[in-house]
Amino acid sequence: MIQQLENLLQVSDINVSFGGLKALSNVNLSVPSNRVTAVIGPNGAGKTTLFNVISGFYSADSGSIQYEKMDLLTMPAHSRSKIGISRTFQNIALFPGMSVLENIKLGAHAQLKTNVFSAAIYLGSAAREERAISERIYDRLLNLLELEDYADRSISGLPYGIQKRIELARALAGEPKLLMLDEPFAGMNTAEKANMANHMRQIIERTNITVLLIDHDMESIMSIADSISVLNFGSLIASGTPSEIQKNPAVIDAYLGEE
Amino acid sequence: MNLFLEFSLVGIASGGIYVLSALSFVIVYKATNIFNFATGEMMMFGTYFFYVFDTQLGFGWIVGLAAGLTSAAILAMIIERVLLRPLLGRPHLVLIMVTFGVGSILRGLAGMIWGPTVRQLPEILPRTPIFIGDILLPGKLAWGFVIAGVIAALFMAYYKYSRAGIAIRATATDQITAESLGINIRGVFLLAWALAGVLAAASGIITASVNGVTPQLGLVALNVLAVVMLAGMNSVGGVILAGLFIGWIETVVGAYFGAAWQSFVPYLIVLLVMIVKPSGLFGEEKVERI
Repeated sequence: MIQQLENLLQVSDINVSFGGLKALSNVNLSVPSNRVTAVIGPNGAGKTTLFNVISGFYSADSGSIQYEKMDLLTMPAHSRSKIGISRTFQNIALFPGMSVLENIKLGAHAQLKTNVFSAAIYLGSAAREERAISERIYDRLLNLLELEDYADRSISGLPYGIQKRIELARALAGEPKLLMLDEPFAGMNTAEKANMANHMRQIIERTNITVLLIDHDMESIMSIADSISVLNFGSLIASGTPSEIQKNPAVIDAYLGEE
Repeated sequence: MNLFLEFSLVGIASGGIYVLSALSFVIVYKATNIFNFATGEMMMFGTYFFYVFDTQLGFGWIVGLAAGLTSAAILAMIIERVLLRPLLGRPHLVLIMVTFGVGSILRGLAGMIWGPTVRQLPEILPRTPIFIGDILLPGKLAWGFVIAGVIAALFMAYYKYSRAGIAIRATATDQITAESLGINIRGVFLLAWALAGVLAAASGIITASVNGVTPQLGLVALNVLAVVMLAGMNSVGGVILAGLFIGWIETVVGAYFGAAWQSFVPYLIVLLVMIVKPSGLFGEEKVERI
């Protein structure tokens, strides 16, 4: 069933090259609101490059990225989280010197009304805002992701699967509209993958968040994604529903056939 | 024994100044990865700012302190924004050489503006000596230490608990992730330099309250390097212990063995520590992900 959906994010004709190497060529991608869109592809296909362009860490040679009628490519990287875009990283990027709660709270950093300089002087209103955020994180995220027992623990030493969940909680702390997940299943064993997929499904059901994720774990993605786009050597070779993608000969040839 | 205790207390008290200037150094290193060789000159210039507002313009020490520290913060932010920011991403050596250059320029400027003569700061700290049992501590030194301690404690609390402090710590650990969480890392760079300017100026003013200020005041900061290396380049807490320790060992060695020993024993200890633990006593070893 194909219906006309409003796109939260629209990637149009993006080209990226590093020196002589073309990392992305004419990539188009629509990310409809309240849906889960996955981008798959073999290693080196340009998935992470695409994420980094959307995040503002790489600049594109040409093309445009529209998010809610805003031109993302002209905005600095740190402005993304303020307008409701958050992401996780392929290698867990938590801050080891801070507690679990402190890490998660940082995800709500940009939503605070006081900025770094006004928060430089620790005023009463900033303290109240902080408390409200801690409460909200406790009430909603920690139990949803089964992290209550870890709130005050230090990051270092926690199991991999838990750390991945903490990173997900941090990405959700700012109540984003668009959640970008960079290989949420990478490095997990089967049980951890099932657990992660389960948590993600709950989040998607309970909020009307839009998800864009990249991974190459076909099995987990099939069960979560509403639509899938396939990247190969920097170009988009197919997009459609999971069942369409599974049947697509070009995809089977380029990607599934390898496994 | 009493004499030893007295030397020790004097030493620890003088270490308080090292603590402040070392904190100035570390906050810049942590937030921006720049080795700031102009720390001593920022210390010296901040002291002159205070002198200008307090004595030359005659505003008195309260206004002088507020205006002096503010000017020191602004000077530090100008150094970051105008001289270092455009060079971000260049090899570290380039940035270090720039801070070296900034240091000599500031020293030269101070010489041109205020000349080589010693300028005395107003008598803010009481001179009355303080007795701890039989031990006598010079009043200015003791009060200077107390003030340095209060400033260091305020800074630590700010660094640990304020949102800006958390933003600085996040940026120090991982700039990319910090940015993706909405932290304006360029704002953090500026803030770190501003804090460094204030800390350096505060340590300069306390130092100069005893012997006055000359363009050479910043040379004290050479010992700060020993403090920072001993503590570990990125350990804010370690710097406090190391600063007190270096102040102590310097004074005790100087008292018993003379000035010649005083200047190299701290470095000898640093050298030995570096051989055993290259990241310093409290430094975090950076583990690179593969």
